[in-house]
Amino acid sequence: MKILVIEDEQAMCDNISEHLQKEKYRVETASDYDSALEKIGIYEYDCILLDITLKGKETGFDLLCTLKELGKTEGVIIISAKNSLEDKVKGLNLGADDYLAKPFHLAELLARVKSVNRRRKLNGNNTMVAGNLIIDIDDRTVFVDDILLQTNRKEFDILYYLFMNKNRLVNKSALAEHVWGDHIDTADNFEFIYSQIKNLRKKLKASGANIEIQAIYGIGYKLIADEAS
Amino acid sequence: MKLLNYTSSYFSVILLVIIPIWAGLFYFAMLDEIYDSMDDGLGNQKLLIISKASSDPLILYKKDFDEGNYSINPIPFEHAKNHKDTYLDTMMYMHNENDFEPVRMLKTVFADGNQYYFMKVITSMVEEDDLIKELLYSLLWLYLGLVFTILLLNNLLLKKIWKPFNRLIDQVSKFRLEDAKPLITNKTKIDEFNTLNHTIDTLLQTNIVAYTNQKQLIENASHELQTPLAITMNKLEILAEEGQLTDHQAQLVSSALDNLTRLQRLNQSLLLLSKIENKQFPETSSVNINQLFHRVLEDFSAQIVFHRLTVRLDEHAECNWQMHPDLADIMASNLIRNAISHNYPGGNITILIESDLLVIKNSGKNFGLDNQNIFKRFYKGQSSNSTGIGLAIVKAVVELYNFTISYEFNTEHVFIIRK
Repeated sequence: MKILVIEDEQAMCDNISEHLQKEKYRVETASDYDSALEKIGIYEYDCILLDITLKGKETGFDLLCTLKELGKTEGVIIISAKNSLEDKVKGLNLGADDYLAKPFHLAELLARVKSVNRRRKLNGNNTMVAGNLIIDIDDRTVFVDDILLQTNRKEFDILYYLFMNKNRLVNKSALAEHVWGDHIDTADNFEFIYSQIKNLRKKLKASGANIEIQAIYGIGYKLIADEAS
Repeated sequence: MKLLNYTSSYFSVILLVIIPIWAGLFYFAMLDEIYDSMDDGLGNQKLLIISKASSDPLILYKKDFDEGNYSINPIPFEHAKNHKDTYLDTMMYMHNENDFEPVRMLKTVFADGNQYYFMKVITSMVEEDDLIKELLYSLLWLYLGLVFTILLLNNLLLKKIWKPFNRLIDQVSKFRLEDAKPLITNKTKIDEFNTLNHTIDTLLQTNIVAYTNQKQLIENASHELQTPLAITMNKLEILAEEGQLTDHQAQLVSSALDNLTRLQRLNQSLLLLSKIENKQFPETSSVNINQLFHRVLEDFSAQIVFHRLTVRLDEHAECNWQMHPDLADIMASNLIRNAISHNYPGGNITILIESDLLVIKNSGKNFGLDNQNIFKRFYKGQSSNSTGIGLAIVKAVVELYNFTISYEFNTEHVFIIRK
């Protein structure tokens, strides 16, 4: 999968590229309107990550307009330091697929990229596989060796999020924000998250799933799928 | 004391002193004038009598006043030589009045040939006496009239004159920096008031500008912090993922990440707060508070279970408030989160909904919190984990829609929002 990161902050750009490259994506970068347009003209991308503020006088919105005029159909995720509703609405109206406010967790970015990608592939299958687990995203169901695993809404959200970041470290606050929303912000909630993960692990173990949710230091969790088995 | 009463009381005291002094002077001047004219009359009569006496010597033997107004008695030269004309007030018996009445008397001496005569000429002072009395009364009435008129005019005039001032005071007292409306000042003929209007207007404008700039500063600063925060956080996430950290290093990274997350939340809360205060949520729609709390409680259900809290939702009425839906959401979640995180395991939360009242009660610490500061930003009570902005945001939302929020403690912590 080819991704273009249009971002004027070099360090930000490096972070995104490095994280996405580990997912075996091909990542290219541009820091201003002209170089971005040049790359878009030459290559086809699956996904474009677009910062609203760019070097030079043109903004990310101008680039969105140009893409629309050119009839380009790349999935676009806006990444903006300005978490404003108007910007979000404006961006989505101009054809962007998603809007992500800085600062974001890299796990969240990866999940968004995968979601956008999945949604854009009309013939794409709506299931994800890890070990002997299959999750159906549209039906919000989980199967272990073709047997339905009963999960509640939040348990499914946790699993789905970890699936999208399979074999990657997911920061616990990234997980909390994604599953329980922005409003969860007290420190004792990490204990709460731990208890939710513990319940989920029990359920997985009981159903004979061969995936494992590892706690990585105190930082977060990683879904390890034993592909060999 | 009002300026009006202040000047009025000054005037009445000053008049009370000035008018009697003036009245006294006037009275004595008038009296002097009256005596003067009477004495002139007596002097004139004296000359008339003397000249009459030279043609009619019988007059010289009129020893008593009887029907006339003079008496003449011969006196030896020794008595006469040092005599000077004197005027004096005295009393005489008047037949018509049957009483002694005041008279003015001239005592004088004149010579007819070699014989000296002592003559007393009188004139009645009855009318003059009345005149003086009248004068005194008139002055008294004048004083009262003057005081009354001055007080009345003073009241009317001052009220009229100070109108622009009172209007200005009225407007300034209603002025709120957060909700700055321009002053409506009418031009007046009085320079001082025009200057005052202008000065206050300028002062307020400067303040509004400073306030707006400061609000803008918070918002801009929060925005500018987002990118470096994102970079730092993501670098640490990448570092953590490298997976070759010792336990100690991992602990350091973990702690750094936790604190960055805190910083991020703090920044977002500040940004949200300044957005609310800067009125960047203008749209409103009818928000069903009952449904809102059902939804928010559902969102927090796992946390409620985790903390073994008992939640009771008392819906006494359907409650619909005109609010921005997102802000209503933030208000409700912040209140519930607050009730959860300041609770103890196994505690309880009670939510009471009426049509214009919302009460959230939670068990928690066994003492009341600082009523004055609980809604202030960065007030944390004793918990160090919260950002200290949650309730400040609730208050900002509540005040945006002119609702009120209050806190009280009676075995439980009670937050009351009234429409």
